[in-house]
Amino acid sequence: MTGATAEEIAGRELETATQEFANIVATHRPQIFRFLLASTRDADLAETLTQECFLKAHRNWAGFRGDSSAMTWLMRIAINLQKDHWRNRRMQFWRQTQTHAVDLDEASEWLPSGESSAEQKLLAREQVKQVWQSVRGLSERQRTVFLLRYVEEQELSEIARATGLSEGTVKAHLSRAVARVRAEVGGKR
Amino acid sequence: MNFRDKIAGKPEGQEAQAEMRESEALDQEFEQALRNFRLSVHAWSEAAYNRPRAVKTVRQRSWRLAAGWALGCVLVAGSVSGGVYERHHRQELARIAAAARAAEQQKQAAEAKAREEEDLLAQVDSDVSRQVPSAMEPLAQLMAEDESK
Repeated sequence: MTGATAEEIAGRELETATQEFANIVATHRPQIFRFLLASTRDADLAETLTQECFLKAHRNWAGFRGDSSAMTWLMRIAINLQKDHWRNRRMQFWRQTQTHAVDLDEASEWLPSGESSAEQKLLAREQVKQVWQSVRGLSERQRTVFLLRYVEEQELSEIARATGLSEGTVKAHLSRAVARVRAEVGGKR
Repeated sequence: MNFRDKIAGKPEGQEAQAEMRESEALDQEFEQALRNFRLSVHAWSEAAYNRPRAVKTVRQRSWRLAAGWALGCVLVAGSVSGGVYERHHRQELARIAAAARAAEQQKQAAEAKAREEEDLLAQVDSDVSRQVPSAMEPLAQLMAEDESK
């Protein structure tokens, strides 16, 4: 009798956890994909890494204690996956042969819909291209911090938790990244 | 709060404020560039996220992968079984050759033994004939004559 009740409780808990995780996936998947897309400029790779991210999250879902938000936790997994992807020796071959990363012109084609006149569109496209060019020249850490701040609009404290760095270090990386982007974007005007 | 303060969270100072005022126009343009960049990435991501997935390509890739593995397995199995068959065939030939050699040796040994026995019998006959006592020689001559008749 007691055993059956415990089984029922365990079943209900499992169902609740599954439902919770499904909600997490539905809520955060587009954002994780966007960050990975901006980091890699490769939609297929971003899709693969997003799936890996949620697979890993699902495996470790029981161990998630809620110390940080689910988004921060997922972003941390995504950042590590992205780092692993480029550093993993087993992926070196793929890294050399993968050709799906779009060039900067193509990446700059996506424009905010608000630009009305042709001149505004041209200016916006040029600006976006320049930022992409600068971002490409940043170090991996600077790029991650920059994208989290200016694409994902995260707070410094959130970025610090997601990257595992101190807030001071995040600030320093961000400052250097912005200085570089600013210099390049400004210098090309 | 101005743009630089937003980045680094620095407290506003008078010098910084003056510097900020000078570069306010540049800041605005830079902010605009960052805004455009963010909106552009969002638009791209949304389009890429909602695009139809290339399931067929993945299937094709997995089919090719499976076919590659199957072909590889067949080649390996063929090589291994060919090697095993070749080895077995050679062993069989060696066994037959060894059996033939053994039979030949046995035959030769039997022939040699038969020759030895014949020689021995011949020697015994001659020895026996020599050992006939001299007193019996006339009788032996008579027997020989009877036989010749």
